[in-house]
Amino acid sequence: MNLFSDWTWFHRLGSPRWFYQNSGRWLPWLSVVTLVVLATGLVWGLAFAPADAKQGNSFRIIYIHVPASFLALAGYYIMAIAGAVGLIWKMKLSYMVMKSAAPIGAVLTFIALFTGAVWGKPTWGTYWVWDARITSMLILLFLYAGVMALQYAYHSVDAASKAGAILALVGTVNIPIIYKSVDWWYTLHQPATIKLTSAPSMHPDMFQPLLVMIAGFYLFYALVLILQTRNEILRRERNTSWVRELAAAKMTTNTIANEAKSE
Amino acid sequence: MARQMDSGFLAWLRRDLLLAWRRRGEVASPVLFFIMVSTLIPLGLTPESTRLAEVAAGMVWVMALLATLLSVDGLFASDYQDGSLEQMLITPQLLPLPVLGKITAHWLTTGLPLTLVSPLLGLMLSLPAAGFIPLLWSLALGTACLSLIGAVGAALTVSLRKGGLLLTLLVMPLYMPVIIFGSASVSYAIDGINWLPPLAVLGALCAAAVALCPLAVAGALRATASN
Repeated sequence: MNLFSDWTWFHRLGSPRWFYQNSGRWLPWLSVVTLVVLATGLVWGLAFAPADAKQGNSFRIIYIHVPASFLALAGYYIMAIAGAVGLIWKMKLSYMVMKSAAPIGAVLTFIALFTGAVWGKPTWGTYWVWDARITSMLILLFLYAGVMALQYAYHSVDAASKAGAILALVGTVNIPIIYKSVDWWYTLHQPATIKLTSAPSMHPDMFQPLLVMIAGFYLFYALVLILQTRNEILRRERNTSWVRELAAAKMTTNTIANEAKSE
Repeated sequence: MARQMDSGFLAWLRRDLLLAWRRRGEVASPVLFFIMVSTLIPLGLTPESTRLAEVAAGMVWVMALLATLLSVDGLFASDYQDGSLEQMLITPQLLPLPVLGKITAHWLTTGLPLTLVSPLLGLMLSLPAAGFIPLLWSLALGTACLSLIGAVGAALTVSLRKGGLLLTLLVMPLYMPVIIFGSASVSYAIDGINWLPPLAVLGALCAAAVALCPLAVAGALRATASN
């Protein structure tokens, strides 16, 4: 008996309604903390951190580029784990998290590629090189695109969720293989002129704001994921009574507000 | 039990081979595609044999990948339409075994012919002589990988009306390690380096794919084709 009662939190977590109501309470706090951390990191990194000896101020794009790349990769695993939880425990909520995580991860991957290209122009004189890390990021973008395309291709929500979860898991198995093989391929063809290896160590004055930015991006990711998931919950549960009540309550407050305004 | 599991694999292998034999024209089309695209390369690039030789290994590999990709779309399509896929899903046997039988049949009818035709293309694209044996070996192992991985994509898109293009989007990123090691073993041999290590990695990829892909295909078929 005790065993089952210990698991109630887990089952409650699987209820979209419970998640929607509670995440509504977390959101104000989370957004304030995210905003503070991101603002601190940005101001510190862009204004107060010392300029790089060789690259000057252009290195400061690192404070966007590196956290975005971190989250792009971590986001794929978050998406795949959510999909696996959905497949194993048949949780509706985790499928919704999986679906919401895909576009966020894809956008972060694109930001990482884009800032990398912008950074590449002043540093190496070209927007694009077929470097191992850049190529891997591009493949990651394709993997995200596959999961998203598959989600949109199905009319049945159930089939879309399961198919997306299976594809995300297959991708998870493949990501280390792809990274290693692209790395190997690059060492085979490495052009001698361009070295992408970063400086062996960053000065602490530059590194600390980067850590703050990484923390800020994690918080931002969590915030956006929760917001996206809440939208997805409302969309998928739109025919349930609690969503109808929620919508009806919103409507009445709106009409009351409108009437107050007109008076 | 062992006998039963065996028959699931062999029965589906035999059935698909028989079907392929009765539709010989369809089986020939990936090979024709493979040959026809290779005439585009000298037309689009250059007829000079020295410059063709530089890109021959990679080009043959890219074309083999595309030919497999085009053919893998039909792996489950006709079975889904005529209902025999549903029969496969409700059989008491372990689902990955009939799936593996179907994939093996697919490789025997596309990957193997592509491999056997590849020396001809190598000749036409003036591939250096040292590259022919590695090309055969790497394509034999590599197309098996491509069939196995492609089957996952085919299973995920089987119930969609226009699944073909989506399938290529899903599967292409997963193909990248295969083409890296496949074309590397050929270019190693041309450069006079020991070409067995990349081939061994390709073999390892193939072994992992044999173990894992039928499971993913079975899961995907259960998730998407049953409704």
